[in-house]
Amino acid sequence: MLKLKPVNIPSSPADTYNRQILRRFLKHRLAVVSLIFLGLIVLLAILAPVIAPYDPNRITGGFSQAPSYEHWLGTDQSGRDVLSRLLYGTRISLLVGFMATLISTVIGVILGLLSGYFGGWLDMVIMRITDMVMSFPYILLVLVAAAIFEPGLVNIILILGFVDWPGVARLVRGNVLALRETNFVKSAEVAGMPKGYILFSEILPNTVAPILVYATSVFALSILDEAALSYLGMGVTLPTASLGNMLNGAESITILTSKPWLWIPAGSLIILLALSINFIGDALRDAADPTSTK
Amino acid sequence: MSNQLIVENLVKYYPIKDGIIPHTIAEIKAVDGVSFSIEEGTTLGLVGESGCGKSTIGRQIVALEKPTSGSIFFEGEDLTQMTASRLQEKRTNLQMVFQDPYSSLNPRKKVFHILADPMIHHHICTKEEAPSRVDELLDMVGLNRSAKDRFPHEFSGGQRQRIGIARALALNPRLIVLDEPVSALDVSIQAQILNLLKNLKAKLGLTYLFIGHGLGAVRYISDRIAVMYMGKIVELADADTLFTHPLHPYTKALRDAAPVPDPTLRDRKSSALTGEVGSAMDIPSGCRFKNRCVHACAGCSAVNMELIEAEPGHFVACPYALRFAETPKSAKGGAEHV
Repeated sequence: MLKLKPVNIPSSPADTYNRQILRRFLKHRLAVVSLIFLGLIVLLAILAPVIAPYDPNRITGGFSQAPSYEHWLGTDQSGRDVLSRLLYGTRISLLVGFMATLISTVIGVILGLLSGYFGGWLDMVIMRITDMVMSFPYILLVLVAAAIFEPGLVNIILILGFVDWPGVARLVRGNVLALRETNFVKSAEVAGMPKGYILFSEILPNTVAPILVYATSVFALSILDEAALSYLGMGVTLPTASLGNMLNGAESITILTSKPWLWIPAGSLIILLALSINFIGDALRDAADPTSTK
Repeated sequence: MSNQLIVENLVKYYPIKDGIIPHTIAEIKAVDGVSFSIEEGTTLGLVGESGCGKSTIGRQIVALEKPTSGSIFFEGEDLTQMTASRLQEKRTNLQMVFQDPYSSLNPRKKVFHILADPMIHHHICTKEEAPSRVDELLDMVGLNRSAKDRFPHEFSGGQRQRIGIARALALNPRLIVLDEPVSALDVSIQAQILNLLKNLKAKLGLTYLFIGHGLGAVRYISDRIAVMYMGKIVELADADTLFTHPLHPYTKALRDAAPVPDPTLRDRKSSALTGEVGSAMDIPSGCRFKNRCVHACAGCSAVNMELIEAEPGHFVACPYALRFAETPKSAKGGAEHV
């Protein structure tokens, strides 16, 4: 046995990477408030069946009634309770946003990993497809897709999911190009580790932070896109409520000026959701930035 | 003893591509016809200036890159001709320690996984045996066993390099390529790591290819040393012979360029080089060193830089070398420091 005195290692510093990110994140007051707000909304949306005073799709009062004790936020043009529809609509909008983000992130990450690591003709093919998808006018592409596949909850999730991935793919590819040349990846190759291990165990964990940051902005965008499409009648179809199709009524000037309860709740919730998600994303970006000194 | 590694006529050119339809417009001749062998259980030192191709040779040997031409025989088998699956099996015998201990360890992995994952993949140990095997490796490189539950950023440079060495040892290799393993470390730590490497070699019967530019470190650890210049070996000899009795003018210049911590030698005659290393894209004909050589003559343009055995076991790539060779000094002369 080799006689060697073990080198003493100083006790582990409390500031591990994850804790450091959390500490930096908590310094962003606005982001913390946004996170609490988002958590609250998510909770309300999940508990909608329990909280909602009425069935969102049943006519429970007169048409377009102003807020009252029975209907806190009034009723819509068909006589349905706006508060109940708002709760259920938030549910749908968050679901669309989340699922679309999940789909596009998974597609983008896989294509980015393959493209960046293997390079060559595979990289060429993937990147040209990415360029193609990116060079279509975004809203037009989504509208055409919605027209072809007919509007509906599942279709709108799939359409948004399959249109949003190029940004993630490029981001991941760029990171992989840099990580592929690092010595720890080289040493895994020298050790004869399989490609799957190198991609998912060596490279991917080192690019999670930027992916998360990017995903937050995709999440906010997806919610806005769903709202826009549903408003145009190409998204979530009635009677299912979503934040977007609740704004349908706001097409008329009379409603805009004299019946604000029909559009202000849904409209402001969309704004607040998008805003808070973007604040969280900004704070995450700062927190995950290794050059940040905060 | 037998030659464990035989490198024959190794050539590595890197193409430079340009144009709308990418095509090769030039080549960087990083390694241009290099042959050497390493006996089992010995250390070959490989020295030369930055960009002379020494690290490129290391990368070809551990099969990180495929050579342009030439062969690398490891224990009789040509690595360059192996099928991918045979190579994946065989390459565990050839491991590498990298120069920069900061970028060579995955920052998201605990030391345990850095060491255990490759062993489990190659069935060197089972999942259940892994913890004790990791402890054994940490003992071997002189790290506390508690290190396995920590992340790389919690260690100093020297400690990280020990982890890097443990990782190379994990797969029970027979040959380790040490790519400037100490040049990123403090001088005091350098000596510790060099001693560790020497001890491990003796204990485990390893063969080393030690790539470096610090002559002291290379001399300390190597049995034989090869000096490279612009992709060619210019001199190859026993470590002591090379320092006490160098034949090639480049080797002399390299040796004399090393600072000597002895004030009485301050006024020693210096044969410091002038000029710049040429571009590896545009290699001069004949001897590649002739533009900087103090002995350059008309005949140098016709020299083909093949190694000539000037003395038994002492090879040099200059046919005029013996003419202006120094008379052998006593073993105490030259650069004695580490």
